[in-house]
Amino acid sequence: MTDAVLFDGVRLEHPGGRVVLSGVDLRIPAGAFVGLLGANGAGKTTLMRAILGLLPPRAGSIALFGRRAARGSNLVGYMPQMRAALSVSLSGRALVSAAVNGRRWGTALPVASRRREVDRVLELVGAEALASRPLDELSGGERQRLLLAQCLIGDPRLLLLDEPLNSLDPSRQAELVALVRRLQREHGITVLFSAHELNPLLGALDQVLYLAGGHAALGSVDSVVTSETLSRLYGAPIEVIRSGGRIFVLPGAPGLERAA
Amino acid sequence: MLSGLFSFGFMINAFLATTAVALVAGPVGYVLVLRQQSFAGHALSHVGFTGATGAVLLGLPPLWGLVGMTLLAGLAMGLLGERLAGRDVAIGLVLALSLGLGLLFLHFFTAYASQATALLFGNVFGVDRPTLLTLAGLGLVTLAGLAAIARPLLFASLQPELAEARGVPVRLVSVLFLGLVALATAGCAQIIGVLLVFTLMVAPAATAQRLSGRLGIGVGMALSAALALLQGWGGLVLAYETDWPASFWITALSGACYGLALLRRPFRSRRRGPDPLPAR
Repeated sequence: MTDAVLFDGVRLEHPGGRVVLSGVDLRIPAGAFVGLLGANGAGKTTLMRAILGLLPPRAGSIALFGRRAARGSNLVGYMPQMRAALSVSLSGRALVSAAVNGRRWGTALPVASRRREVDRVLELVGAEALASRPLDELSGGERQRLLLAQCLIGDPRLLLLDEPLNSLDPSRQAELVALVRRLQREHGITVLFSAHELNPLLGALDQVLYLAGGHAALGSVDSVVTSETLSRLYGAPIEVIRSGGRIFVLPGAPGLERAA
Repeated sequence: MLSGLFSFGFMINAFLATTAVALVAGPVGYVLVLRQQSFAGHALSHVGFTGATGAVLLGLPPLWGLVGMTLLAGLAMGLLGERLAGRDVAIGLVLALSLGLGLLFLHFFTAYASQATALLFGNVFGVDRPTLLTLAGLGLVTLAGLAAIARPLLFASLQPELAEARGVPVRLVSVLFLGLVALATAGCAQIIGVLLVFTLMVAPAATAQRLSGRLGIGVGMALSAALALLQGWGGLVLAYETDWPASFWITALSGACYGLALLRRPFRSRRRGPDPLPAR
């Protein structure tokens, strides 16, 4: 099977010239649920923008399902970090339908095919009831669900979700992770899900992609989230503690005290 | 009383001109409010004042100067884009300078002392036939332009990052839209004056948005146009009845409508549960 995402010697730089990632090789298999972790500024959003073709690599190449990553691909759905600007007085359905053939010039008419596509994605995320309510009356979790529906417009094969758990309470976090997991399983969609915290994702992850110090480590949670791997990645001693089904990553000396 | 309303040619021109301008300001203003760029309309009209007075000085129709300058400023604003964000002092200074320059141009043209009031606060009863035709032409061009870019424009307004990723030329769409805003602003300025453009561009749109929260964008735009039209016509009728300025009545009506819309659905009162989103 072709890889969903293939990085070959990729070097990414910010427009200002700061190197974000260098010499990164990655293969994300199609259909996998991958958690993208790393500190603020480690390059999680930059990596997603590169996959979207919005930031071409300075060196190396990025391929999606065997094709070179390029802007405007229908293969990829993207849910950016939530902005407060979305709190407008407009129905949820209007927000979602804005994405239907959104790049085509002209005016979108309320035709049946458009309505069907919107109904389809609303049903996929269970947001039918939210569609008729104004966005500025919805909670953060409800809006997040509509944004997820919106990025499913056009049937993408790969979903890039940029920190969707931010500012949700723990039960909403668990709901969203379960929903994304269900979409990934039932529809064979590859998911790259960035997060601050590993634990809310633990039950759902097939693989974890850690970014630090311009480098990346991809693999199962057990192989990547270890003191050895993370210390090497960060270039500083990192301690990983597993306790009660949760994992804690702390700065410190490796190998001193490790609960298995 | 009202029976004599349409027995005057200037009254008919005023109604037609208000119609042409309101039908454009409504939908364009709706998108402007959606994009949270309401201030752009206000800023463009100030720059238009320099254009209009400059044109008077050169012996050209002020409307041409108004349209030319707002269009230039709109496109420049679109091209500068995010670099304008947070530059409120610089923007404010440019606006003040525009009004100042306009004043200077008028000073050189003392024969037209009433021109200043007309430009600043509008002169809808002074619309002659050529102006009416120009306004109608401007309106058609603006609406056609809006129809041509509506889909990518709305996508980019609601979800700029996703739109960019899906291949919408976000920058180009934004520049084109500010060009349309400039044309709509110039039309509004002719009716209600450069200082009061907000009244026709933003107030009906914001009112419509508050009232159409459960509906689609098309309905919101139509409602915005209808409100602008009713407020404009209402202002003309009331001006005819009271002999007070039409611009005053239009501002009063649009303010009252917005106030009523707020009463109908107060800010965020119906939100269920606490919002976990941090207020930014």
